[in-house]
Amino acid sequence: MIWIAIRMLTGDGQKFYGLVFGIAFSTLLITQQLTIFVNLIERGASSVYNVPTADVWVMDEVSRTTDVNYPMASTALDRVRSVPGVEWAVPHLRAGASVRSGDGDLEGVSIVGVDDATLIGLPLRMVTGSADVLSQPDSVIIDDVGVARLFEDGRSPIEERLELNDQRAVIRAVADAIPSFTSQVTLYTKYSQALRYVPGTRNRLSFVLVGASPGVTAGELATRIEAATGLRARTRDQFARDGVDFIIQNTGIPLNFGITVALGFIVGVAIVGLTFSLFIRDNIKQFGALKAIGVTNAKIGRMVAAQAGLVGLIGYGLGVVGTVLFIWSFSANPTFKGFYIPWQIPLISLVAVALILALTGWLALRNVLRTEPASVFR
Amino acid sequence: MSGVLLDTSAIGGCNPAAAICTRGVTRDFKAGQQTITVLHGIDLDVRSGELTYLVGESGSGKTTLISIMCGILWPTLGEVKVFGTDIYSLGDTELVEFRLKNIGFIFQQYNLIPSIDAASNAAVPLIAQGVDRNEARERAVAMLERLNIGNQAAKLPNQLSGGQQQRVAIARALVHEPRLVVCDEPTAALDAASGRRVMDLLRDVAVAADRACIIVTHDNRIFDLADRILVLEDGRITHDGKHMPEGH
Ligand SMILES: Nc1ncnc2c1ncn2[C@@H]1O[C@H](COP(=O)(O)OP(=O)(O)OP(=O)(O)O)[C@@H](O)[C@H]1O
Ligand SMILES: [Mg+2]
Repeated sequence: MIWIAIRMLTGDGQKFYGLVFGIAFSTLLITQQLTIFVNLIERGASSVYNVPTADVWVMDEVSRTTDVNYPMASTALDRVRSVPGVEWAVPHLRAGASVRSGDGDLEGVSIVGVDDATLIGLPLRMVTGSADVLSQPDSVIIDDVGVARLFEDGRSPIEERLELNDQRAVIRAVADAIPSFTSQVTLYTKYSQALRYVPGTRNRLSFVLVGASPGVTAGELATRIEAATGLRARTRDQFARDGVDFIIQNTGIPLNFGITVALGFIVGVAIVGLTFSLFIRDNIKQFGALKAIGVTNAKIGRMVAAQAGLVGLIGYGLGVVGTVLFIWSFSANPTFKGFYIPWQIPLISLVAVALILALTGWLALRNVLRTEPASVFR
Repeated sequence: MSGVLLDTSAIGGCNPAAAICTRGVTRDFKAGQQTITVLHGIDLDVRSGELTYLVGESGSGKTTLISIMCGILWPTLGEVKVFGTDIYSLGDTELVEFRLKNIGFIFQQYNLIPSIDAASNAAVPLIAQGVDRNEARERAVAMLERLNIGNQAAKLPNQLSGGQQQRVAIARALVHEPRLVVCDEPTAALDAASGRRVMDLLRDVAVAADRACIIVTHDNRIFDLADRILVLEDGRITHDGKHMPEGH
């Protein structure tokens, strides 16, 4: 009977494709929007992930994220270094500045000052050049998104001069970095150099990056540093999470994406529900005949479930493949750099598809079950 | 055979040999505020091995009665035995399974499934019984051959003429060798010659010593082909004989 059910459905091309389209569309919308949402808010943690060697980030009590920070006095570094369990601790500066590019355009940039001696604080990989270039005078390293923003014409950025708050800067390498939430241009330079670029108040130490001694967990160490120094200390994972939470709490993004995902669900229910009921209505005589001949309601239910299952499987597959193609086709665009589909998202859209089909299939099935077998003689 | 020694209907029992036996079957329909009684206490025996007609004017209750006799419409009152089984005392699922095993249906509108071929349509009762798909198909093709449309087995319903579609519907009613075949207005849509051909065909394949066949019709062109004619008027049987009464 299942075989007959499948043939009934696929035999009606228009409705079959309508149903598959409805499911595929919903899946695509839900999967794609959730993927973009998750990747976008994870950008709130990109500055943390760009420095994977730091186990703990230490900052002023009021600092909240890598971008929302309040500088500390330079003595904080020594106070942190004296806490037991600290293997190493280096200064880290983050500040905003304006840059005038060769074309004369003004662009807001983030300046990141990394430890002069160890260069801890730089992204690990370079696209062009190496971290050593920072030993040359006035050197900065630009991130790859920054290249796309400042040099739209595809010109090589190497040896390009920039004017940074009236100071000279020369780009000597390109870092392979995860873009920030706003895709802002980031310029990495030595801490001592960064102090020159960021005009100054007395306190300019944004963070102290800390490595834990063997046998000490990041969590323990952060607690110890807080107790010993009165500063705020966050493990890498906590601080990454802080960045994400900040975006969730301070932007309308979750709501907007939530609305789109809900729309995807509703449109799916509408298209699939309507098409499914039309299909059932067109075949109600046949279903009635089957009931009269001697097919139980349970078997009819299984037939409709098989029809829904087939539509779901094909539609869902197409929707997920569509999302993959979408992400893949935009992967060259720096805004989408590093986008991936977390495994939970296809699972969520699978549940959504199952809900859509359970709901619409049940509505359609009700009509069949309500049909009296005696109606076949009318 | 039945009814010869003892008129069982007179004392309210059922002749064990009767294919169908109805006692006191009444059926009401609600029409808004009113209740209309369509059947008034029908007592009837249908015998195997005969082509039995149920004849009457439009609205007299023929379809209602045949639906009750084949287990797809509950009577308001009364009991129906089909081959000795009191079908309306069965559970829902049992009744459905009883129909699947024992009853063949020929619907006026055929109700074939448009996207499967003639043989598969004819095989539906076997497939529903759980018979292996290839075996079901073989048996369906054999039945189509008996109905002289074996060469159409692989065609979809919309590639067949109306008459051919009806034969597929007949094949579907007979493929699982049910003991009771019911048929509503089989000739209504056909011209006189085709109508008689279908009746000849039904007599050929649907009438057997151990099988009962009831046909609802008001087509006077085929009255002469019946073994027994029952006339229904306003929900009561008013005539029972080989020929139509005078005046109809
Ligand atoms: N489901 C129903 N609900 C309400 N009334 C019904 C229903 N089915 C039948 N009736 C009524 O019962 C009466 C008999 O109907 P039935 O269909 O049995 O007549 P029939 O003899 O088969 O007529 P026809 O020759 O036109 O098919 C009619 O008056 C009809 O309106
Ligand atoms: Mg009728």
